[in-house]
Amino acid sequence: MAQVRIPTPLRRLTKGEAEVTVDGDNVAAIIDGLEADYPGLKERICDEKGEVRRFVNIYVNDEDVRFLDGTETKTGPDDIVSIIPAIAGG
Amino acid sequence: MFDFTDEQIKRYSRHIILSEVGGTGQTKLLDSKVLLLGAGGLGSPAAFYLAAAGIGTIGLIDDDEVDLSNLQRQILHSTADVGRPKVDSATETLKGVNPDVDVVTYQTRLTSENVMETIADYDVIVDGCDNLPTRYLLNDASVFAGKPVVHGSIFQFEGQVTVFDPKNGPCYRCLYPEPPPPEMVPSCQEAGVIGVLPGIVGSLQAVEAIKVLLGIGDPLVGKLLLYNALGQDFRKLTLRKDESCPVCGENPTVTELIDYEEFCAVHF
Repeated sequence: MAQVRIPTPLRRLTKGEAEVTVDGDNVAAIIDGLEADYPGLKERICDEKGEVRRFVNIYVNDEDVRFLDGTETKTGPDDIVSIIPAIAGG
Repeated sequence: MFDFTDEQIKRYSRHIILSEVGGTGQTKLLDSKVLLLGAGGLGSPAAFYLAAAGIGTIGLIDDDEVDLSNLQRQILHSTADVGRPKVDSATETLKGVNPDVDVVTYQTRLTSENVMETIADYDVIVDGCDNLPTRYLLNDASVFAGKPVVHGSIFQFEGQVTVFDPKNGPCYRCLYPEPPPPEMVPSCQEAGVIGVLPGIVGSLQAVEAIKVLLGIGDPLVGKLLLYNALGQDFRKLTLRKDESCPVCGENPTVTELIDYEEFCAVHF
């Protein structure tokens, strides 16, 4: 289980919720848990091979999972998982 | 010892009395050149404060004209400026704030043809542009040229700020290796933005630019500052240099500048 911070562009899929609690003890399970609770979220975050898209990053607390164990990075109930997409506005 | 006029001593007195700035730092600012990409939401407050701070040369790149819908957030421009080139209106405002500042304008878009030449003269680049292709183009060019970029971006109620210093830390492609495909992108006007947001994020960019120029404090190199206006919270995430980065990694695959197809934001 972990707290997941949803970025603004994805909140229409979480009924406007900015933070949701999702079951799963690693990032891959969290992403599947998000998809189960909020259908359509996974394809926004991952490509057809299931890899995290290259213009989206997943953080556990303040670390990018690419520099931890990728989607195998462990998550606990006190961890905050953040989805951080590239934003361009100026 | 310092070559200030009486007026400059008075104008910059609140800087000069700071031990972190002093006469030496103020002289450095007056000799500095900062290029701003975009004279819009982020560029407005950033340019305003950098001009007030006495940055000697401010370059402004923007090919757009002032539209009534810009005035909700783009504070360099006034109602009477609607229809004028933004760089013209911005120059007037900045010269009004501080006649010491030399404003150099480029009413054009950055492309692979002009970017290297345009950034060559500047010490720091403040990226406040409104689209991803220009952000990737600027990133690659700044890595090639070794120039620090103070990055700011906004979406609705959220902002991101960081400093990409290719000599000392990660670059934009270490964070996001490739832009999204154009089909995942909506039109620019769809998203909306709360007008004060670029005021906050652009001001943070001005602080970072001054810190980089003066070599003081801890610039946001290797840190991504996230601001959320609705929750009114700031968070700092760690950014790491990616050894497999396509442009600044060990085996770069991006070795030439790329003009990506135009799009504005990731479409989710």
